[in-house]
Amino acid sequence: MAIKIENLSYSYLQPFGEKVEALKNVSCSIADGDFVGIMGHTGCGKTTLLQLLAGLRAPTSGQIYVNGEEINAKGYDKSSLRQTVGVVFQNPEYQLFATTVEKDVAFGLKHSGLSRQEVTARVQWALETMGFDFAKIRSQSPLALSGGEKRRVAIAGVLARKPEILLFDEPIAGLDPYGRENFLRFVGEINQAGTTVLMVSHNMEALAEYTKHLLVLEQGRLIDSGPTREVFVRLKQRKNGAFGQTKAQKIATLLAEVKLPLSSGVVTYADLLSALKQELTGGGRG
Amino acid sequence: MLIAGNNISFSYDFDGSSLALQNVDIRIEQGEFVAILGCNGSGKSTLVKHFNALLQLQQGELRVAQIDARNEKDIWYLRRLCGMVFQNPDQQFVSSVVEEEIAFGLENYETPRDEIPNRIQAALALVEMSGYAKRAPNTLSGGEKQRIALAGVLALEPEIIIFDEVTAMLDPNGRQEVVEIMHKLHGAGKTIIAITHYVEEAVAADKVILMHKGRVLACGGPRAILSDLDLMREAELIPPLPVRLYHDLRQAGVHLRHCPLTDEELVEEIWQLRSKI
Ligand SMILES: Nc1ncnc2c1ncn2[C@@H]1O[C@H](COP(=O)(O)OP(=O)(O)OP(=O)(O)O)[C@@H](O)[C@H]1O
Ligand SMILES: Nc1ncnc2c1ncn2[C@@H]1O[C@H](COP(=O)(O)OP(=O)(O)OP(=O)(O)O)[C@@H](O)[C@H]1O
Ligand SMILES: [Mg+2]
Ligand SMILES: [Mg+2]
Repeated sequence: MAIKIENLSYSYLQPFGEKVEALKNVSCSIADGDFVGIMGHTGCGKTTLLQLLAGLRAPTSGQIYVNGEEINAKGYDKSSLRQTVGVVFQNPEYQLFATTVEKDVAFGLKHSGLSRQEVTARVQWALETMGFDFAKIRSQSPLALSGGEKRRVAIAGVLARKPEILLFDEPIAGLDPYGRENFLRFVGEINQAGTTVLMVSHNMEALAEYTKHLLVLEQGRLIDSGPTREVFVRLKQRKNGAFGQTKAQKIATLLAEVKLPLSSGVVTYADLLSALKQELTGGGRG
Repeated sequence: MLIAGNNISFSYDFDGSSLALQNVDIRIEQGEFVAILGCNGSGKSTLVKHFNALLQLQQGELRVAQIDARNEKDIWYLRRLCGMVFQNPDQQFVSSVVEEEIAFGLENYETPRDEIPNRIQAALALVEMSGYAKRAPNTLSGGEKQRIALAGVLALEPEIIIFDEVTAMLDPNGRQEVVEIMHKLHGAGKTIIAITHYVEEAVAADKVILMHKGRVLACGGPRAILSDLDLMREAELIPPLPVRLYHDLRQAGVHLRHCPLTDEELVEEIWQLRSKI
């Protein structure tokens, strides 16, 4: 499903009358089936943007269109938005409340019209997708899990509903390396199968390797957007360098400083490896 | 020896059927910087919660600063000695204003009243959150919360500081800043115990403890542990980028002299090799 954002602004009101302008005049469009990464410093407005997209806050000004319909217009059916859009929040562990992991993941399927067997099958699929042994985990209490395990259960709860648009707020924070990779690979697959995905992340490697487009926020403003690779290359050229650089880009920068420049297109680990192979087997300037 | 544990086992079940820790031995010296790595559910948080008696020792022995962790009358002393920043900052917040939040801990530990405002200011400055003293913790962004949680513990100036995945919600610059804060505290003589899923953060530690399925799989210098591919694989972890690159280049017939651990070492190795071509 396509999403269009026009001149979106949002301010939080503080008890002492001050305003926090979390989003300022953001416009962009996201095509159906896209995988969009959202990048930016702490407090730049990423979570606020996702909350607006999920219809959990109404904009101070501006519009959001999902599938051509403005979601804050009078008469728009917000409950249909809840069906379409699945959100995994930044600290999803707090969404866990049922007595067992199975009940927790099944909760979002209450009004889905699925039969009991279908619900169980769906729950099993979601938990296995998140790397759990279903038989082992199903009757455990969600509170009796490690930090990373709780997060994986919370993600399973949203996946189980199979929403058409998935919003992830820092989904891989707290996941171990293989957990991260498995999750990202899986999200890549459901994206291939047609789900539109937006993912906020501070992990540059995850953004560089898995997303198709990037939105870059700075203090509430959209300062750059476009195909992921191009945005990473542009960010590298910005004055305040360190922002939004992958590890491979940082190493390329260090190499350039000792007069060993690689192609400016080095963004991912695979890029770095192949550029170095070229350079060091004499295939380069040799 | 500041922390000495022998044969520690722990189960969250009433019947002890599954073990979150199994026969763990641990030694941490005064002033050491220790990184604990391990995959989800490997027992990292469970282990460190023993150090300040958040979890009660069930089996084995544990001494922290010569005090037997089993001694219930010493619990408060241990809590004070050993500050801990949790994995989920929200769980720590008790007040509705940031500065009260930090004051709460200080009052709890009977800090002289006239010292409290300075301690709050210094702690907020350290985490670069000076402008947020009057804010409500629940109105902060994820990374801002994490910094406040950090300030709350730093203000108490504990001798041992445990960081349980405190960099998870921070942007790359923020992560770098917090790692620098840890090293600064270490430089000032504190004992630092850092749990992280970012292996790069373990590179500059004095000692790395690798956990897997409730056991200590290995313990040693960062170079020995992080560049050991088999060990890392056994722990279900991925080595730092320079180590991976060294091995991947080797497979392609490119032989760097030594296996680098840091970016700077990697660049040096590449430069050395390049200058010979
Ligand atoms: N409920 C609230 N009331 C007041 N201000 C808020 C509230 N929630 C967020 N803010 C402020 O709005 C700004 C944007 O916050 P937001 O949570 O969107 O940031 P973020 O980009 O998600 O950051 P992070 O990476 O740290 O999670 C921040 O300055 C934050 O302090
Ligand atoms: N409160 C609890 N009740 C029951 N079991 C628990 C509880 N907390 C953790 N466990 C279990 O104990 C084991 C170790 O958990 P622990 O929290 O120590 O892992 P961790 O290494 O910190 O993982 P993570 O990286 O995910 O935070 C896990 O199998 C977990 O499911
Ligand atoms: Mg956020
Ligand atoms: Mg943990």
